Amino acid sequence: MNDAKKLERLRVIIARHKRWDLIFLIAGILALMIALLTFMALFIQMVIDGAPRLSWEFFTSFPSRRAESAGILSAWVGTTLVMLVTAVSAVPLGIAAGVYLEEYAPKNFFTELIEINVTNLAGVPSIIYGLLALGLFVYQLGLGQSILAAGLTLALLILPIVIVATREAIRSIPIAIREGSYALGATKWETVADHLLPYSAPGILTGVIIGLARAIGETAPIITIGALTFIAFLPASPIKSEFPFISFEWLSAPFTVMPIQMFNWVSRPEEEFQFNAAAAGLILVVMTLTMNALAIYLRYRMRQKIKW
Amino acid sequence: MVKNNIVETGTDHTSSSEYKSVVKNLNFYYGDFQALKAIDMVLHEKQVTALIGPSGCGKSTFLRCFNRMHDLYPGNRYEGSIILYPDNENILSPDIDPIEVRMRISMVFQKPNPFPKSIYENVAYGLKVRGVRQRAMLDEKVEDALRNAALWDEVKDRLNDLAFNLSGGQQQRLCIARALATDPEILLFDEPTSALDPIATASIEELIADLKTKVTILIVTHNMQQAARVSDYTAYMYLGQLIEFDFTDTIFIKPKNKQTEDYITGRFG
Repeated sequence: MNDAKKLERLRVIIARHKRWDLIFLIAGILALMIALLTFMALFIQMVIDGAPRLSWEFFTSFPSRRAESAGILSAWVGTTLVMLVTAVSAVPLGIAAGVYLEEYAPKNFFTELIEINVTNLAGVPSIIYGLLALGLFVYQLGLGQSILAAGLTLALLILPIVIVATREAIRSIPIAIREGSYALGATKWETVADHLLPYSAPGILTGVIIGLARAIGETAPIITIGALTFIAFLPASPIKSEFPFISFEWLSAPFTVMPIQMFNWVSRPEEEFQFNAAAAGLILVVMTLTMNALAIYLRYRMRQKIKW
Repeated sequence: MVKNNIVETGTDHTSSSEYKSVVKNLNFYYGDFQALKAIDMVLHEKQVTALIGPSGCGKSTFLRCFNRMHDLYPGNRYEGSIILYPDNENILSPDIDPIEVRMRISMVFQKPNPFPKSIYENVAYGLKVRGVRQRAMLDEKVEDALRNAALWDEVKDRLNDLAFNLSGGQQQRLCIARALATDPEILLFDEPTSALDPIATASIEELIADLKTKVTILIVTHNMQQAARVSDYTAYMYLGQLIEFDFTDTIFIKPKNKQTEDYITGRFG
């Protein structure tokens, strides 16, 4: 009798506590929906506005004063080249810095300070990087308003992301694996090159792609260093017909990028240009989503080998 | 013959050729904390020596002095010496590169820790670090090591499979093969069966018994039966001190020290 009563009380308490589960579940789904639906609404609006403008000509035409014949050729070529410079400079720098901080740096006040700063750098507004780059790359180093200057600026911007991703990926490798390598007589560098870097590659790669996906949409620092909004020519081709067949002239060319092209069209009064902007935006979103999908896929592929 | 009970008699044991290693007045510090206190012990050539004692007694810390594993972390400090024979070298000396020590003394860890690479690459890694590049030589050494670790027959048809696809016991034998491939002078085992089931444990113990014809073995174990089964000599440690060191039979049948007896008989620990 007494026991039955006790059990009854217990059930009441459990039921009361479980109500909170339900309340949180509903709140969580609502929060998720607000984020998801807002994005979906924006994206669908963009598809409706922009999709009709998408055609082969849209990709192969330069911008024009007439909306219907304007295209994004110079913008996507510019974006691709700037991203190339960004990746080539940020990836080795970021990985090297991350490996140094995680494996080589002594743990003292000074390195602690550096670590805090690196993490904080990821939160600095991007226009600040633009101002820094304007002073340093464009004027001091005399790179001018070029693809090289833009690529390096964005590289600075995503460097903290790459460094943090590298460090976290290396840190997630179990200590037993590290000690296993050292116990066989490996040096620090052998341990880094043969084990730590290969095993942390999926994490590093994800960080790099997320960084690049952020850089691809950056507008403020690129405007600050003086990207043009109307470019009706392409940079010099990197491949030449005569010796030495490779040219780096394109690095110093003026340029525009996708978000700037969009910004330019959005600020036009004619409604036609709004559709162009939507179409360009659609492509930019697809580019970003593709990069993220690639990151997920590569991560999945590479993680299959690694279980811990 | 082997001089037994060296701790209590304090016999001079530096000149004997039967010793693979002699530990003299070893103190070890993690920062300010002294984890090992004035340890004197010997390792007999091609014999199995077991370290037993309650958790936290310093047995793993002691084991890891033999391959200078503590050098990986800042703030650790050794005092005293571990002399390696026949070359009569103190491997704790700051003049000796820890990498050199690790090339001579291999280690098998508590949990199997194969690299996320193929079975072949795992075994070949130690050789690769030593600069062996010829394929024929690598093939031969890998096969030898896997045979010595009693794993060859199970994996010979899938050397390029990932090591993670092996069972726990097989992974641990793979780690033993990896440690053996480089012909170490001493093989260290840090509780090698604590993550394994009884059948895998039995196969590892059998393996250890076979291996002592080839290499001097030092094994840390929390399992007293295991120490009794596999070792020729046993050291009982408590609170960073070596309480008693003797033939395994003596330690288990009639220990001289009351503390050892209490631990062995299960009254403590």
